[in-house]
Amino acid sequence: MAKRIDVTDLNIFYGNFKAVEGVSMSIPPRAVTAFIGPSGCGKSTVLRTLNRMHEVIPGGRVEGKVLLDGQDLYAGDVDPVAVRRSVGMVFQRPNPFPTMTIRDNVAAGLKLNGVKDKKRLNEVVEKSLRGANLWNEVKDRLDKPGAGLSGGQQQRLCIARAIAVEPQVLLMDEPCSALDPISTLAIEDLINELKQKFTIVIVTHNMQQAARVSDQTAFFNLAATGKPGKLIELDSTSQIFNNPSVKATEDYISGRFG
Amino acid sequence: MTTVTDAATLADARPLDLSGKSGSRAAKNSIATVVMSLSFAIAVAPLAWILWTVAVKGGHLLLNASWWTNSQQGITARRVGGGATHAIQGTLLQGAVTAAISVPIGVLTAVYLVEYGRGKLARVVSFMVDILTGVPSIVAGLFIYSVFMTTFGMQRAAIFVCLALTLLMIPTIVRSTEEMLKLVPNELREASYALGVPKWKTIFSIVLPTAFSGIVTGILLGLARIMGETAPLLILGPYTKAIASDLFSGNMATLPTMINQDRDQALQPAVDRIWAASLTLIVLILILNLLGRFISSRSKV
Repeated sequence: MAKRIDVTDLNIFYGNFKAVEGVSMSIPPRAVTAFIGPSGCGKSTVLRTLNRMHEVIPGGRVEGKVLLDGQDLYAGDVDPVAVRRSVGMVFQRPNPFPTMTIRDNVAAGLKLNGVKDKKRLNEVVEKSLRGANLWNEVKDRLDKPGAGLSGGQQQRLCIARAIAVEPQVLLMDEPCSALDPISTLAIEDLINELKQKFTIVIVTHNMQQAARVSDQTAFFNLAATGKPGKLIELDSTSQIFNNPSVKATEDYISGRFG
Repeated sequence: MTTVTDAATLADARPLDLSGKSGSRAAKNSIATVVMSLSFAIAVAPLAWILWTVAVKGGHLLLNASWWTNSQQGITARRVGGGATHAIQGTLLQGAVTAAISVPIGVLTAVYLVEYGRGKLARVVSFMVDILTGVPSIVAGLFIYSVFMTTFGMQRAAIFVCLALTLLMIPTIVRSTEEMLKLVPNELREASYALGVPKWKTIFSIVLPTAFSGIVTGILLGLARIMGETAPLLILGPYTKAIASDLFSGNMATLPTMINQDRDQALQPAVDRIWAASLTLIVLILILNLLGRFISSRSKV
């Protein structure tokens, strides 16, 4: 299921403003890649280009190549909707659909894409909720609104919703930044399990979190406000945290700036 | 550490004064309270007065079952009796038809403006909606009259009243729906896109259901507004004393035209009926408004 991602010479724009410049990286399958860096350096922006969510923003456009198992996501005949079915996403703030029950939230991706088979939907709901470590907490109230769960449960519901459509890659944009430490721990455990099946890319402001969950870490930085963000260094997580090859990485990780 | 201790000592050194507010502040507060209460009273007094007068002068007719079941057929200004069924039914029917035409157009226009509208066309549409909002109701009536009666030579009928009311209802629906759609958090749209759901389906399955109660409230308030509209009815919808349900030919009574019909009568039975018809219209519109508020209080956005 999991696929690798290769990014080559990626420039990302908001209108005429170049937000990110010259990113090239490889993201291996069945592993967790963490993006770290100061605010505004373009980590989330890069993440959103990996499933063509960047262009949802008016004026958002991209130059360069993003290959998912060798296939260019930005080729002319590629449908962004199909891309997003293969590359799922979890957002910073838990965002369950407020009009839907827990069950319908998890099944939303399949239902809205035309799956009607009740039996299959129920199987997928259970499998995804188990996959998101939420099944035991919600199995007795699947028909209650998803918005009634706690923040951490909501975020796991969103993860269940994302994995229900069986993507190859799971993108996570600061998935724990709105959660308490206990819920954060639950999500981190979950990430460790999910990486057996998915390619995971996570943006985080929490360096301990990057060190705990990721196999490789990418450090982004920008020269100054208004200048485009750049990928400074990408290496195995232990290398980045113990022996970074760039001075800026070391400064950032040791808390000397940012 | 030393600075903290210093600060603490400084704070302790100053005497703590929690005594009453100063005289001038208390005076300003009293003046503001009086002015606000007066403004409220001035705003509410005419409303209460109208409701009271209408209820006292027309209320007794509403308590009579025949008011709700009979029409005015065969009843002259001299005679007591008859009811307002014909007018109530006409008002409800014309309101429903107007809503049936306006709601799809208004909601879809709002969807276009909020979800798709970028650039010139959206600005033009938005500007047109603004202009439509400012069209006086009698002009809407005259416009429909000049198109269908003067130009095409058709007979006046209820459907043309509905068309004129549609012109008045569409802009209110567009504006209220727009506000509701803007309240739907962008995160929900993005969550749906990220599941590989196409944009149109995201709008119909996620955005519109989330904003549903707000949109319904806006529609009901818009409906309440046009049901009391009179000018287009005077031009396009002549009064009749009989129950009529044909939208496309003949006359159809409505509460506003029923009120207008007998307004220069001096005979008591007719005068009573005017008050009763007014009260009926107020009650109908009040029910719609309350329904709208009730639904919006249960809103999920």
